[in-house]
Amino acid sequence: MSDAHITQDTEGEHDNAYAGLLGNDAHWAFGTDFEDPLAGVDTTIPDGVDASELAQYCLMLGDDALVYAQRLSEWTSRAPDLEEDIAIANIALDLVGQARLLLARAAAADPALVPSLPEGSPVPDEDRLAYFRDAGAFRNVRLAEQPNGDFAELIARLLVMSTWRLAIFQRLVDHQDAVVAAIAAKGVKELAYHRDFAGRWFVTLARGTGESHRRLTDAMRTVWPLIPELTASTETESRVGVDPATLADEIGVVLDQVLAVAGITAPETPGLAGVRGRTGRHGMHSEALSRLLAEMQVVARAHPMGRW
Amino acid sequence: MTTLETTAVQRARAIASEVTDPELPMLTLADLGVLRDVAVEDDGTIVVAITPTYSGCPAMATMRDDLVHRLTGAGFESVRVRVQLSPPWTTDWITDDGRKALADNGISPPGVAPRGPVMLSLTPTRRAIQCPQCGSGDTEVTSEFGSTACKALYRCRACGDPFDHIKEH
Ligand SMILES: [Zn+2]
Repeated sequence: MSDAHITQDTEGEHDNAYAGLLGNDAHWAFGTDFEDPLAGVDTTIPDGVDASELAQYCLMLGDDALVYAQRLSEWTSRAPDLEEDIAIANIALDLVGQARLLLARAAAADPALVPSLPEGSPVPDEDRLAYFRDAGAFRNVRLAEQPNGDFAELIARLLVMSTWRLAIFQRLVDHQDAVVAAIAAKGVKELAYHRDFAGRWFVTLARGTGESHRRLTDAMRTVWPLIPELTASTETESRVGVDPATLADEIGVVLDQVLAVAGITAPETPGLAGVRGRTGRHGMHSEALSRLLAEMQVVARAHPMGRW
Repeated sequence: MTTLETTAVQRARAIASEVTDPELPMLTLADLGVLRDVAVEDDGTIVVAITPTYSGCPAMATMRDDLVHRLTGAGFESVRVRVQLSPPWTTDWITDDGRKALADNGISPPGVAPRGPVMLSLTPTRRAIQCPQCGSGDTEVTSEFGSTACKALYRCRACGDPFDHIKEH
C-alpha cells in the first residue's frame, strides 16, 4: 500500500492505470469507499424525532443487513450451482447497499456513534461503523450472525429473514424521517425478490427427495428458535420505528402459507433465550459474531489510513 | 434564472444526458431514468441529481465520476453530483429509446413494474418475453438473479440461446 499514487496523480497521470477512474479525491483502500451515499440528501431530523434514538434504530436495521450479508457472501463459490451462487451474491449485495445507507443515516443523525480514527483518516462514517466497532456495539438480531449450515439452512434462514425485514420495511415507507422512508421504499422491492427466491426453494426442498426434506426439517430446528427474538419489542424500536411485536401475525401468516404449500410443519422448539433478558438488539451476541467480525474487519483495522 | 444560466443548464443537461451507464453501455443515464435533475447554483456550480437503481448498485460511483469528468471536460468549472433517494427508481422510467437500445443489444427490456401490496409468489415469475435473438416467445427463466442486480437470466427454447432480462423493479 502506498500513498505514492496520490502525490503523483497530476504529473504521473498517464502511468497510473487507475488515474482515469478517480474523481477529485483518492479512495479509501477498503470497504465501500467512493463518496457519501447520502451526498446532497437532506438529513435534517424531523420534528418530534429524537436524533440519537433514530440513529440507534438505523444501526439496528443496518447491522442486521451488514452481518447477514457477510454470512451470505461466505456462500460465494460454494452454492450448489452457478445460478444459485449468483443469486446469493446478488441478495448479499442488496443488503450491503441497505446497510451502507442505514449506517450513513445513523452517522448523520448522531455523529457521536461513529468510532474516531487518527486525524486525517479517509475512512467514511458508514465504514467506521462497519469496521471499527466491536461485537458488543452491534445491534443486529442473533439470527443474522449464526454460522452457515447447509443449503437448506441458507434457504430456511433467508425465508425468515426476508419475510421479517420485508414486513418492517413495508411499514417504514411512511416513516417521519424521509431518509429512512426512502431507504425502505427501495428495499421493499429488493426484499420481495429475496423472499420469493427463498420461498420457492423452500417448497422445492420440502417436496424434493427424502434427503432434502430431512435437511430442511433439520434446518428449521436451527432457525425457528431464533424467530421469537425478531418479534420481541425493544423501547427504541417501538418509539422511533416499527414495534416488532406488531409484525408477529403477518410473519406467521406468510410462513404458514409457505409451509402449507411445502407440506411441512413448524418444529415445536422453544425460543433461544437471551442473557438476563438481553439479546442481539442489546448487544448480546453469540460467539459467532466475534469470529465473523474478526474476518470482516481485520484488513480495514490494520490500515485505517490506507489509500489507493 | 438569467438567460446565461438557462443556457448553461441546457448545455449541461445535454452533456449529462449523453453519459452512458457503465454496466449497460447501450443506455444513457437519461434513458435508464437515473438522471433526475440538472440545475445551476448562484455561483455557477452545476448540480446533477442521480438516483440509485438498487441499494447496492456498484455503478453509482462510476456514474458520478463520469458525469464530473464529462462536464468539467466541457468547460464547467464546478460540478457536483448529488444523490436523490426519493421517489425510488423504477424500471418504468426506462425510456422507449432505452428499451429499443436494450432489445437491439440482445437484452430483453422490462415489463410494467408491479404496484400495490407485495405478494408472495411461490412459482416462477410468469412474463411474456420474446427472445431478443430469434424473436420466439418460447422462453423460460433460468434464474431471477443474473449477472448484475437488475437482471434475470433467461433461456430461449427455440434457438437455445441464453439472454438477460431487465427485471421489473
Ligand atoms: Zn431464441
